[in-house]
Amino acid sequence: MATNTNHPDKPAGLEFEGRTHSLDTLHEMHDMMLFIRRFEEKAGQLYGLKKIGGFCHLCNGQEAVCVGMQHASRPTDYVLTSYRDHGHVLARGSDPTAVMAELLGRAGGIVKGKGGSMHMFDIERNFAGGNGIVGEQVPIGLGFGFSSWYRGDDRVTLCVMGDGGVNQGGVYESFNMAALWKLPVVFVIENNQYAMGTSLDRASAETHLFKRGISFKIPGMQIDGMDVLAVEKHMREAIEHARSGQGPILVEAITYRYRGHSMSDPATYRTREEVDEWRTGRDPIARLENQMIEAGLATADEFKQKDREIKKRVNAIAKAAEAQPEPDPSELWTDVYANPIEGAYPYPGKVG
Amino acid sequence: MNKITYREALNQAMCEEMERDERVFLMGEEVAEYNGAYKVSQGMLDKFGPKRVIDTPITELGFAGLGVGAAMAGLRPIIEFMTWNFAILAMDQIVNAAAKMLYMSGGMYKVPIVFRGAGGSAARVAAQHSQALENWMANIPGLKVVMPSNPADAKGLLKSAIRDDDPVVFIENEINYGDIGEVPAGEYLIPLGKADVKRPGKDITLVAHSRMTGFALAAAEELAKQGIDAEVVDPRTIRPLDEETILRSVAKTNHCVVIEEGWRFAGIGAEISARIMERGFDDLDAPVLRVTGKDVPMAYAANLEAMTLPSVAEIVEAARVSLNRA
Repeated sequence: MATNTNHPDKPAGLEFEGRTHSLDTLHEMHDMMLFIRRFEEKAGQLYGLKKIGGFCHLCNGQEAVCVGMQHASRPTDYVLTSYRDHGHVLARGSDPTAVMAELLGRAGGIVKGKGGSMHMFDIERNFAGGNGIVGEQVPIGLGFGFSSWYRGDDRVTLCVMGDGGVNQGGVYESFNMAALWKLPVVFVIENNQYAMGTSLDRASAETHLFKRGISFKIPGMQIDGMDVLAVEKHMREAIEHARSGQGPILVEAITYRYRGHSMSDPATYRTREEVDEWRTGRDPIARLENQMIEAGLATADEFKQKDREIKKRVNAIAKAAEAQPEPDPSELWTDVYANPIEGAYPYPGKVG
Repeated sequence: MNKITYREALNQAMCEEMERDERVFLMGEEVAEYNGAYKVSQGMLDKFGPKRVIDTPITELGFAGLGVGAAMAGLRPIIEFMTWNFAILAMDQIVNAAAKMLYMSGGMYKVPIVFRGAGGSAARVAAQHSQALENWMANIPGLKVVMPSNPADAKGLLKSAIRDDDPVVFIENEINYGDIGEVPAGEYLIPLGKADVKRPGKDITLVAHSRMTGFALAAAEELAKQGIDAEVVDPRTIRPLDEETILRSVAKTNHCVVIEEGWRFAGIGAEISARIMERGFDDLDAPVLRVTGKDVPMAYAANLEAMTLPSVAEIVEAARVSLNRA
C-alpha cells in the first residue's frame, strides 16, 4: 500500500461507510474514470471528424457506475450491458486500443470491426456485450445467471440496463424467472434520467425504479451513481447477496449523461442549467479528487499532471488504432457459422 | 430398427443426447411435470430431474433469451416452444441475438442452442395457431433451419442439431407427431444441410419439406397410376439449403414443382425456384411451378381450412401442367 506522503500523520486511504480504500485503489478508480472520460471525448471528436460512423453513445458523467461496479466484482463474474458500453468494457480491463479500433472499424477492433460502438465483447474478461436492442441483454444475462445455477459455480452476473430499457417486457419476464429460481443476477439500472429524449417522469408511472422488482420479491436499492465509493460499496453488498444464494437483487444507480443520447442528439429536451448542475455540482471525477485532496491524499497539481498524461495516452491510442487497416475482405464471410456446411454455405455458384 | 412415432423419435434423440452430454438441458412450457403439451418430453423429468428438464412460466421472450445466454456461457440448451406461433414473441432473441451473436462478437461467443417445437398447420385451430413461418427464419444468416418429415429423420436430425455449435431452428409438425416409422435404435445422426431423395423418379421433381413431403409422396403414387414417374426430394434442412441434390434431380427430370405449406410470397418455393433458374436454367423444359398455402389467414371452418392448405390433387395437377399433360 502506498503511504500518505503529503500527510504522514493521516491514514493512507479514505473511509466510506465502514469500507477503507487504500491510496492505490483510490488512484486506480480515479484514473480509470478520468481515462474513460478522456476516451469518450476523443471518440466524440473522431465522430465529428467522421472517422467513427453510425451510432455512438457516450457515457460521460456515468463513469462512477462503470468503475465502482467493476471494483466490486470478480474477474470471473459475467457482465452484460446495453449499447452504452465503452465505459463498462474499459473498466473491465479490456485493451483500450482494441476498443478504439472497434469504434474506427479497424481490423484490430475488439470484435474485428464487426460490431462497432454498440457491440463490444471480451470473452476473456467475461464481458458478454454490448447489446444494441434496448433491454435485450436482460434475458441473455438471465441465461448467464442460469448457467451458474446449473453448474453450481459461484459466479454472479451483472446485468446493466438503463431507465429506458427497464420498461421493456422482457425485463419483467427475466425478473420473474430470476426470482423464481433464485438465480445469481444483479440487475443494475443506470438511471441517467432520460431514455433518449424522454425524461423518466414521462415514461415511467413509478419513477423509483428500484421498486420495480417488488412484485417479483426482488429487493432493490437506490444508490448515488455519481459517487464511485458509494457504487463500489453497495454493488459489493448486492453482489454478495447474489453470490450467497439469496437470488437476484436490483440496484438503481442515479446518474446523468452529459452528452446527448447519441452523437446526433443535441439534447434540446433539457436545460443547460440542468446539465451544468450535474456537471459542475456532482461530477464523479471532481468529487473523488476533492475528497482525496481534502484528506491530504493527493494535490490538485498531481491530478492536473495525471490528466495531461491520460490525454497523451488516449491520443496515442487513437493514433495507433487509426493506423490499423480496415478488416480484410475475407472477414466478410467468417463467423457467420461456427460449423459452416461445406457446399451449402456460403451459397455455391457465382450469384449471391 | 424400431417402429416408433415421430414424437418418440424426438424424445429418444433428446434423451440420448442428454445422457451423452451433461451440458444439454430441456426448457419450455409444460415440458416437465405435464410431460409436454404434445408429449414429446414424456418421461424426461423422471429420467433427468428438475434441473435438466425445466418448466417455465409463459414467457417466450424471456426463456428464449435465457437459452441464448446459457448457450453463450457454454451450456447446450434445447428450448421448446409449444408451437412456433408463440416463438413470434421471442423473435428478437432468435433473430437479433442468437443468429448474430457469433458475427457481432467477432467469433468470440458461439450460441449452441436448439429452438424446437411444432410448426405449420394444426387441425381446426384457426389463424393464430396454424401457419408456416420457416421462410422468416430461413432468411437469417447465422441460423440453421431444420424440418424433419418422418420419424427417422426427426431423430437423426435432432441429434445432429443438439451437437451443432450454431443456433438451430428445429420445426416439427403437430400433425406428424403420431406418424409411425422405422427408426434406428441408438446412435443415429443425419448431417445437417443434406437433402434426401424420398422417392426416385425420372419424369418430374417434387421438392417438399415437413408435412408436405408426405403429400408429395402421395401425389407421386397417384402420378404413377397415370404413367408419370415422379422423384420426391426432401431438403430436410431449409437453411443452408442442399442446392446440389435439387439441381441433380432437375437435371435428370427437367421439370420441377415445389410444394410448401407456407404462403407463396417470398416463400421457400420462391427461393428454390430462383436457385433452379440461376443454376439449372438449361436443364428446365418448363417453368418451375409452386404449390403453396393460399394467401389468406387460416380459417376455422373445416372446408375453408382444407382449401387453404395445399392438397395432393393440386400437386398432381401442377405436375401434369408442368409436363404439358393437363
